[in-house]
Amino acid sequence: MEFFGNTNIDFLGKKWYFLAFSLIFSVAGVISMLFWHHIPLGVDFRGGTMVYVKFASTPDYGKIRSDLDHAGLHNAKIVRYGDPANNEVVVSLDLKETSETDLSKGKNQIIAALETNAQPGKRDLNNSDKIGFAEVRDALVARDPLHTSPTQYEGLARQILAYRNNTEGGVLKSIDDLKAVVPAPVLDALKQDFYTSNFGVRSADIVGPQVGDQLKHQAWLAVLFSLVGMLVYLWFRFELIYGVAAVVAVFHDTLITVGAFSLTNTEISLTVIAAILTLVGYSMNDTIVVFDRIRENVKLMRRESLAEIVNRSINQTLSRTILTSGLTFLTVLSLYLFGGEVLRGFSFALVIGILIGTYSSIAVAAPMLVAYQDWQLKRSRTGTISVPASPAGKGASPASKGSAPIGKGPAPAGKGKVRAKV
Amino acid sequence: MQKNLLTKSAAIVAILLVFLYGIFGIPKGLGGDALKTAILKNIHLGLDLTGGTHLILQVMVNDAVNAETDRAVELLKDELQKAKVAYTEIGKPDAANHPEEVVVKGVPLDGGSQLRSIVSDQLKDYDPPSAGPGNSWIITMKPSAVSELKNRTVEQSIEAIRTRVDALGVSEPEIQENGMGLNQILVQLPDVDDPGRVKEIIQSTARLELRQGFDNANGYDSEQAALSAHGGVLPPGTVMMHGIAGGNDQSDRVFIVGRIPIVGGTDIKDARPGTDSTGRPDVDFNLTAAAGNKFGAFTAAHNETGTDPNHYLAVVLDNKVREFASIRTEIRDTGEIEGGFTEQSAKDLAMLLRSGALPASLHYLTERTVGPSLGADSIKAGVRAAIAGLAAVLIFMLVYYRAAGINADIALILNLVILLGFMGFTGSVLTLPGIAGVILTVGMGVDSNVLIFERIREELRNKKAPAAAVDQGFDRAWTTILDTHVTTIVSAIILFFVGSGPVRGFAVTLTFGLLANLFTAVFVSRVIFDAVLNRKQRGEALSI
Repeated sequence: MEFFGNTNIDFLGKKWYFLAFSLIFSVAGVISMLFWHHIPLGVDFRGGTMVYVKFASTPDYGKIRSDLDHAGLHNAKIVRYGDPANNEVVVSLDLKETSETDLSKGKNQIIAALETNAQPGKRDLNNSDKIGFAEVRDALVARDPLHTSPTQYEGLARQILAYRNNTEGGVLKSIDDLKAVVPAPVLDALKQDFYTSNFGVRSADIVGPQVGDQLKHQAWLAVLFSLVGMLVYLWFRFELIYGVAAVVAVFHDTLITVGAFSLTNTEISLTVIAAILTLVGYSMNDTIVVFDRIRENVKLMRRESLAEIVNRSINQTLSRTILTSGLTFLTVLSLYLFGGEVLRGFSFALVIGILIGTYSSIAVAAPMLVAYQDWQLKRSRTGTISVPASPAGKGASPASKGSAPIGKGPAPAGKGKVRAKV
Repeated sequence: MQKNLLTKSAAIVAILLVFLYGIFGIPKGLGGDALKTAILKNIHLGLDLTGGTHLILQVMVNDAVNAETDRAVELLKDELQKAKVAYTEIGKPDAANHPEEVVVKGVPLDGGSQLRSIVSDQLKDYDPPSAGPGNSWIITMKPSAVSELKNRTVEQSIEAIRTRVDALGVSEPEIQENGMGLNQILVQLPDVDDPGRVKEIIQSTARLELRQGFDNANGYDSEQAALSAHGGVLPPGTVMMHGIAGGNDQSDRVFIVGRIPIVGGTDIKDARPGTDSTGRPDVDFNLTAAAGNKFGAFTAAHNETGTDPNHYLAVVLDNKVREFASIRTEIRDTGEIEGGFTEQSAKDLAMLLRSGALPASLHYLTERTVGPSLGADSIKAGVRAAIAGLAAVLIFMLVYYRAAGINADIALILNLVILLGFMGFTGSVLTLPGIAGVILTVGMGVDSNVLIFERIREELRNKKAPAAAVDQGFDRAWTTILDTHVTTIVSAIILFFVGSGPVRGFAVTLTFGLLANLFTAVFVSRVIFDAVLNRKQRGEALSI
């Protein structure tokens, strides 16, 4: 089976379309970053309190609001989380309302505010923060409903918690739900010590201001270092202009991806930064494959212009580029579809990034090499010290207007020429 | 050729077995459950998958520096007095921002050289005094000594936290320094039963001090009352402290106590929960021999039978007075803290005192809790996505490259086995982003195969013989594969050093995955091709 045989598409001839496409998306993203949603930072970076709550039934937002108001949490934000069928809600407090001296105060207030059916003397079996294995076991051992050994109750306690956590997603609708795993006397014993609230806390993130700034700093450093690291590597393996072109292409991808987060108002968390770094690596991959081919072809096609060589190289690697991107896209898509809400931002970044990264290696990086050479040539012609153009270059090929031959003739080293190390 | 191929195949099978062992160990059986337990024994899951609490604490290292310069201030006072050098004041003008700076004011001109010799003889961690405005001298701790002290403080804090968490019986806690030079500690606790209590115990400084108490056994209602009792100025060498008088009285009082403790946090030898005379829970403690002597001398000199009107003792815990009482007779090395304990809190405090005080106070910066139910769901989602992604890629390669697709699929599966086995051997932690890293490895790993296969097809199109085409294909694709892998590994390594928590797990799996890929996609795949070509007749076509 084969999708692409010998293609011969004039990619460089479409550079104005590419430029327009890239500009539209980058500018839209930048405008949104500056004037609309800005860069929506996740709790990792901006600090604050986020409590992810799962309700036993469809949550009543009005009631949640009034319960929180009642507890004095007037500025708490309530947002649905993920698939509506999951009944999950995020309650968040911003940094100002996150106590620095008692970090978990806000979280505890939120939990207390939602515990509207608390029963005196009993504890909430759905509160995984407080009720774990030891609590359930101790309660059962104390009541001893089956007149049996403590080890037996240990096993029961594990089953009860496994049922709550794994089967019911953390929230029991009532203690009677447990009849699937424990005998009736145990249920009665549990009911004497515990009740069930209509929610469970799935996770909670509380980030103080200092860590947020620190992580922001780290994220910038990480992106910057990896770009510089790659620039240096490409400089060493190819030449400076190759490195610059690749880094510009990758920067373009990063800009558009972050722009997509801004446009869709999706929060950028620490894992999204990891995804962005991955796509930096990935897009670089794609670019290097094309560059490698250019380097190889420069040696083989001594008569052709750079534009021609670049076009040919893109076409030769096109099949591989599309296949690999397609396959990686498939895996990332499965991550986006099946990976769950926690990884949603991460896989969103990769879905966008892989599309853009593939596009940019064809439409940004390679044309830049040609554009750079054209510019260098023009400059050396009009400059005061003119570099003699190699005689074989002129009109060697009709497609090579303004481009010079590569790796041939008396071209002065390092000036105005895209060369390849052999 | 034939023999060479055999050796290579044997090597590949051996590697496969070794890494399978890394994943499964020796499983008890071959059933699903037995394999699952075997995997979980070897591959450790991160907190985001098992549920648990992830905490970052700031060590207030300036506390330790302040304690050190406080000691210097006391020493200077004693020594200057001994040397009969006059001074008006010794203090730290900006203890909050510059705890390393001590200023001696009002030293006469001829006192400078004596001050200098005291510092060079007895304060080795300090720079020689430099002259400040007026007749003052500034004595600053050496920057190297300050940073060493800060590092030591963080190390000691980590040790203290570890002892405490271990004493609570938390299984597999992870306690380490967070970042470099930030003076932060990362604590990861897998699913504990009562995170609130654990957090409190980690943070409590548990610095027990015995100080001299002043004036009367009841203290004052407020700071103003304490001040006005002394005409607005506290007696020299004293400070005010809030707290309770002990016993039944739980109301907040203000006491005047000595600024420097008689015995401090490191002088406690043993502590245990007990009961007081009325049967309520309390904490009994013993002092070390040296501290016992010092305390004995002090209580012999300052008790009800003596002449000192300030014959009181304040038991201070974390800068709060917990007990304030008159000293009846000389006490050598035992003491007790009473008041307001439950059995549990008396037990906890005794444990804290035994495990040693923190050298500086701690501040929580971040707290992330993943509930056990979310962890379980994340594992399900991660595994589902991994299987879907892997299946899609495997099937596609088979359809698109036919027989060569089998080759790619074998390489890909081997790649995963090596990756997971490697994680098993090195004890790396698999997090949810780590699973994403595994999935990405599949996508990016197949790239090497695609590069090689496309190249072989190209050579075949150029009418090369199969053997030559395979040879050329691998040869030409190699440089490209090397370049792409190096750049991605560069970004993964940077991610590992700059990132934290789950993100590190991602960087680890991505790096291992790519390294394994270099081996499988290039070496293993080549061996399979050679084996296939060996069996073919000359001129027979290659299925690719």
